[in-house]
Amino acid sequence: MTSIRARRTSAAVAGGLGLALALAACSGDNGGGGGGDETGSTDCAAYEQYGDLKGKTISVYTSIVEPEAKQQTDSYKPFEECTGAKIAYEGSREFEAQLPVRLQAGNPPDIAYVPQPGFLKSLVADYPDSVVAAPQAVIDNANKYYTEGWVNYGTVDGTLYATPLGANVKSFVWYSPKAFADNGYTVPTTWDDLITLTDKIATDHPEAKPWCAGIESGDATGWPATDWLEDVVLREAGADVYDQWVNHEIPFNDPKIVASLGTVGSILKNDKYVNGGIGDVKSIATQAWNEAGNPIPDGLCYLHRAANFYQANWGDDVTVSEDPSVDRGVYAFYLPSKGSDKPLLGGGEFVTAFSDRPEVQAFQAYLSSPEWANAKAKVTGQGWISANNGLDKGLLQSPIDQLSFDLLTDESYTFRFDGSDQMPGAVGANAFWKQMTAWIGENQSDQATLDNIEAAWPS
Amino acid sequence: MDWFLNAESAGHKFALMVVAILLFVLVMGLILFGLERIRRLPVWVTVLGFLGPTVLFLAFGLLYPGIRTIWTSFFDARSDNYVGLDNYVTAFTEPQFQIVLRNTLLWVVLVPLVSTFIGLVYAVLIDRTRFESFAKTMIFLPLSISLVGASIIWKFVYEYKQHAVNPVTGEELVHQIGILNQVLVWLGLPPQQFLLNQPWNTLFLIVVMIWIQAGFAMTVLSAAVKAIPDDIVEAARLDGLHGIGMFRYITVPSIRPALVVVLTTIAIGTLKVFDIVRTMTGGNFGTSVVAYEFYTQSFRAQNAGLGAALATILFVLVIPIVVYNVRQLRLSEEIR
Repeated sequence: MTSIRARRTSAAVAGGLGLALALAACSGDNGGGGGGDETGSTDCAAYEQYGDLKGKTISVYTSIVEPEAKQQTDSYKPFEECTGAKIAYEGSREFEAQLPVRLQAGNPPDIAYVPQPGFLKSLVADYPDSVVAAPQAVIDNANKYYTEGWVNYGTVDGTLYATPLGANVKSFVWYSPKAFADNGYTVPTTWDDLITLTDKIATDHPEAKPWCAGIESGDATGWPATDWLEDVVLREAGADVYDQWVNHEIPFNDPKIVASLGTVGSILKNDKYVNGGIGDVKSIATQAWNEAGNPIPDGLCYLHRAANFYQANWGDDVTVSEDPSVDRGVYAFYLPSKGSDKPLLGGGEFVTAFSDRPEVQAFQAYLSSPEWANAKAKVTGQGWISANNGLDKGLLQSPIDQLSFDLLTDESYTFRFDGSDQMPGAVGANAFWKQMTAWIGENQSDQATLDNIEAAWPS
Repeated sequence: MDWFLNAESAGHKFALMVVAILLFVLVMGLILFGLERIRRLPVWVTVLGFLGPTVLFLAFGLLYPGIRTIWTSFFDARSDNYVGLDNYVTAFTEPQFQIVLRNTLLWVVLVPLVSTFIGLVYAVLIDRTRFESFAKTMIFLPLSISLVGASIIWKFVYEYKQHAVNPVTGEELVHQIGILNQVLVWLGLPPQQFLLNQPWNTLFLIVVMIWIQAGFAMTVLSAAVKAIPDDIVEAARLDGLHGIGMFRYITVPSIRPALVVVLTTIAIGTLKVFDIVRTMTGGNFGTSVVAYEFYTQSFRAQNAGLGAALATILFVLVIPIVVYNVRQLRLSEEIR
C-alpha cells in the first residue's frame, strides 16, 4: 500500500510539474537588453531636452534581428548614456505575426518598428486603444526632418502615429564595372538603352545570360518579384496610377497593370534574358533572393535588379566599388525610367508607440532626430540609410549608401513607398507574393495572376 | 520583491517560474495528500479532488480553444459577421484549397503506409543479425533530428543548379550543390527542379517525412517482432512455413496491434505536418497542406474565419483515426 501511495504522490507531482512548465512556457521573454558600456565620451548637450530618465526602461520590439540588431542597440548608446534610460531590445523574425498576438493579449511593447505602412494602418484600425499618437516633439521632428511623403506614410486618418526609422532604395540594378569596361558597355540611362544593352549581352555572351534573379525567401517567397512589378508600374503608368493601384482605387488587375506585368515578363520570363548562372526561367522561383546576384562576379550574369541593402549579401571576396579596375567588383546603377520623370521605389520602418510614458515619448523623439540618424550611421558598416535630412552623408560608410541617400534627397526623383507594404496583409504579405511566385514557377498567365490577387483583396 | 511582480530580466523570470512551479506542486500535493489522508470524505469529494484540476485544465486549455475555433469558423475574416458555412464552401470548392486537400490526402495515405512498410521489412530483415544494433541506430537517427533541421538537410539534397559547361574547354562553370542533381549530372542527365515541378514535388516532400518516421515504425515493430513467442514460430516452421509465408501468416498477424498503433500514430503526426512544407517550399508550387494553409490564412492573410475553418477540417479529419486507434487498443486489451 505504501509503495502505491508513494507512486501516486510522485505521479501527482510530476503531472503538476508538467502543467506548470507548460504554463510558464507561455509567458513572454524579452531577450537581451541593450546595456551600454560607460565610455562617457558623448556630448550630452543635445540630450538635455529628454530630461533625466535614470532607472527607466523602454522595450522595443522589431523585425530587425542579428547582425543588424547589434547596430541598432549600438546606436542607442548615446541616448542611454546621457539620459540613464535603458532600452530593452527584442528582435523577432515572426514580428508581423506576433505583434497582433501581443496586442490582443494586452502585452504590447513600448515601441515597435513597423516595416509596412499598410500594417500600421491595420494596427490603428484593429487596436485603436493600443496605438498611441505621436507627441508634439515627434510631430515637430517629423515635419522638420522628413519630406511630406514620408510623414504621410506614418499618418493614419490625419493623425501622425509613426516616424520613419531606416530607409532603403530598391530601384537599383547591380552590375560588374569591370565586365562593363571589358566589353565596352556603358551604364544605360533610358529604358530603351537598358533593353538594347540586354540584347547586346545576350548576343555577345552565349555562355551567360544578361539578367539573373531569385525570389525565394522562405515563407516570404515572391517579394522580390512584387518589387519588379512596382518599379515597372511606376515607370509605365506613372506615380498617380501607382498610388491609385496601391490604394485599390483602381482594380489590381487594371489593364495598365496587366501591361506592366507583361513588361516585367518580357525580361523575367524570357529564356534569352534569364537566368544567368542559375538556370531557366522557373529557377527564379527557387533561387534564394540573397544569392541571386552571385553569378555577376563570376561573369555568368550581367544585371541584377535589387535594393541598396543587397550589398550585405555579396561574398567576402566581392568589393562594392565603381572602379572598373577592381577584380570581382560590383556596383549599382539607377533602374532607368521610360519617360522624363524619375520614379524611385523604396521602403523603410516606422517607429510606433504603444505607451505614452514620458521616457517612451523621449525615445520616440530621439529616434526621429538627426542625432540618432548620425549615431546609427557611425556604427553601421553598410546597407543602411535614413530619409532624415539632418543625416550627415559623410558618415555613411558605403558608396552605394551615399548614392542611395543622394537619390532619396534629390528633388528630381519621385519617391514611392513599396506598394506591397502598403496593401492589406492579405494581399501585400500573402496573395501578391504567392501569385507572383506561381506566375514564374508555374508559368501562370499575367491576367490570371492579377485576377487572383484582385480576388484576394479583402472587401 | 519588485521583481516578483514586475519581472524584467531573464534571471528574474526564471526565478519567478521556479517559485510558480514550486507553489503549484505544493498546492496540488497538499490537495491530493489531504484527500488520501482524511478518511471520512464522501466519494465525490475525492473524485473531484483528483479529477477536478485535470478537467479544469483540459477545459481551459483544450475544450475552450477548440469550441472557440469552431465558433470562429462561422464568421468572416475579422470575426465580425456571421457567414454560416461560407468558409467551408470556400475550402472545399476553390481550386487553390482543393489542391491543399488533395495534398493532405496524399500525405496521410502515403506516409503511414510507406514508412510502416519500410520499418516492418527492415525490422524483420535485421532481426537477430550480427549488425542489428548498428542497423537500428542508422534508421533511428533521423527521428532525433527536428523536422526543420531535416527539411533544411533535404533542401540541400534537392538543391538545383543549372548544368553549364564552357563550350570550348568543357569545364564545368556551375558546380552542383545538391547530391541528387550531382548524381544526375554524373549519369549524363540534366539536373531537375525537384521542389518545383508538379505533381512530383509533393512526393519529394513526403520522402522527408517517411525518412523520419520509418525509424519510429522500425523501433516499435522490432520490439513487437521480438515479442512473438518462440513456440508459435517453431510450430509454424515444423508445419513447413518459411520466408514470405512466415512473414505473411505468423509475423504480421502476431504484431497486428503494434502495426495499428504505428500506422495511426504516424497518420496523426502526418496530418499535422507543417514544418517540412514551410521550410522547403513555403507552400508554393502546389505543395501546401491543411496544417500550413490554416496558419497562412490566420496569420498571413489575416482571415481568421477561413483559418479556423481549415483548422476545424483538420480536427474532423483526425477524429476517425483517433477513434479507430482507441477501439483497437480496447480490443487488444480485451483479448489479454
